[in-house]
Amino acid sequence: MPYSSQAVAKPYFIVAIVLFCVQILFGLMMGVQYVIGDFLFPLIPFNIARLVHTTLLIIWLLFGFMGAAYFIVPAESKRELHNPKLAKILFWIFLSASILTILGYLLISYATLAKITGNHFWPTMGREFMEHPTIIKICIIGVAGGFLYNIAMTIFQGRKTVINMVLLTGFIGLVVLFLLTLYNPDNLVVSKYYWWWSIHLWLKGVWEFIMVAILAFILMKVTGVERDVVEKWLYVIIVIIVMSGLIGTGQHYYWIGTPEYWQWWGSIFSALEPLPFFLMTVFAFNMYNRRRHVHPNQAATLWVLGTTVMAFLGAGILGFLHTLAPINYYTHGTQITAAHSHLAFYGAYVMIVLSMISYAMPILRGRINNSNRSQVVEMWSFWLMTIGMIFMALFISAAGILQVYLQRVSEIPIPFMVVQENISLFYKLRALAGLIFFLGLIVYIISFFLKYEENDESSS
Amino acid sequence: MGDLFTKTRARNIYYGGAIFFCLLFLSLNFHTLNALPERDHRENITPLVSQGKIVWEENDCVGCHTLLGEGAYFAPELGNVYKRFGNSTTNIKNFIKSRPKEGTPGRRSMPQFNMSDEDLEAIAEFLKWTSEINTGNWPPNIQG
Repeated sequence: MPYSSQAVAKPYFIVAIVLFCVQILFGLMMGVQYVIGDFLFPLIPFNIARLVHTTLLIIWLLFGFMGAAYFIVPAESKRELHNPKLAKILFWIFLSASILTILGYLLISYATLAKITGNHFWPTMGREFMEHPTIIKICIIGVAGGFLYNIAMTIFQGRKTVINMVLLTGFIGLVVLFLLTLYNPDNLVVSKYYWWWSIHLWLKGVWEFIMVAILAFILMKVTGVERDVVEKWLYVIIVIIVMSGLIGTGQHYYWIGTPEYWQWWGSIFSALEPLPFFLMTVFAFNMYNRRRHVHPNQAATLWVLGTTVMAFLGAGILGFLHTLAPINYYTHGTQITAAHSHLAFYGAYVMIVLSMISYAMPILRGRINNSNRSQVVEMWSFWLMTIGMIFMALFISAAGILQVYLQRVSEIPIPFMVVQENISLFYKLRALAGLIFFLGLIVYIISFFLKYEENDESSS
Repeated sequence: MGDLFTKTRARNIYYGGAIFFCLLFLSLNFHTLNALPERDHRENITPLVSQGKIVWEENDCVGCHTLLGEGAYFAPELGNVYKRFGNSTTNIKNFIKSRPKEGTPGRRSMPQFNMSDEDLEAIAEFLKWTSEINTGNWPPNIQG
């Protein structure tokens, strides 16, 4: 490890993985609740399990992104991190705030949590993915602001590379858009309108910036391709992210009270949204084919190639299938959306963070790569999790197609709850696929604890 | 990518493109905000409707239900529930009040929230107002 301050990334990665495990446990819980409706009721009702599942997803991805930045920025800037101590303090603040939030969801009712955190003074709670109490939101903004200051100072005082600039742009956007979570007008339509600025422009905008910057960094390291080639690709991909993603926000403005012209703008531009993911796949494989050496960390190489393919399938293809307004009219707000978001989040953001961890963690532990045995186990976990998630997405899609037909297309539409019982077979299959995913996660954890011996390191 | 397409060109295309699409997005946005009052009937947002939105949020209803198609997919769409329940706020209130505390064996059940009469009135009025938003004829039918 060339710069000792890169070590601050390690606790971020470890917490990311631990929270990932908890997130999946709550996901399994919900998978069972879809099959056995009163499972754990009224102790942990579905909405609470879901709160923990989605909140932890976002939090652990943020831990992963921040860890990635603390690892990449010093390497790219060719200098130590501006203030490693600040990074450590922010880590503990963010971790405490996250744990408090999750405990709040689990130990008291959501309404009580809203009451004791003073939600009525400044109501921001209770909107999907932004359920944290207002005070926690402010705390997250503080942590993100401190983080931003730290990496920006490092970049400005050091070498400015395109990877650094794309990463920084991504994080600035992430923080600025998160500020909108504090704005919640009492007009539902306006509230939803800006809610999408945060949610959509995170997922189809700034998070993609962060993803492609991490991707470029790892690819450059594992293939040895020149920086110039990588940077040109970076520019091409980010211009297409901006072109498709920004007005692609319109894909969410079809049926929430916004004017109907969004059906045209949204359909046309969101149809282009698979393009950046497609280019990332071409980019990754192109770099891999032009590799100048074989990097001994084969597991990281597998993750980084895999993430581009899965992001293209999940975010690109599954997203495109229901983004055109005439189709979305029938699929909006059904299991189809759930299928897409599972594969997209896993393929794009979970896998890019796991790629980073796979590449950086051995280095943070003082070696270039893990033992062969450990890498083989890690690759097994890659395939188990990936195949588990593909089948989950397929089963949820099947449930979704039937739901759309029975509830919205057939001549005599059937009520929601009756439809749910009719399609329960696919929920059972989905729970099984989820179990395979969890198995993959256990194998992944095991790969970290396999013994490393000095002679395992390859000479290349 | 050949020699003609240099890194500087790529960067200029990025900056130019980003500015162009930001401006386009903002102008569409400006138009939408002006067109919204016609569609959301904000003149009908009484203090009771506003309070209803807070009741909706503080009980995390969106954690199971969808509202205009957004939320979780575990429980029925509520954007049109006022119409589905026979254009009646009383039916909505009675439904929320009558949820069994211990659930229904083997089946999904909405929790008993023990809402005050005022909160019940507010949430029902909020759902009534929501059902009157011009959503481009969505959902496709009364089942949501």
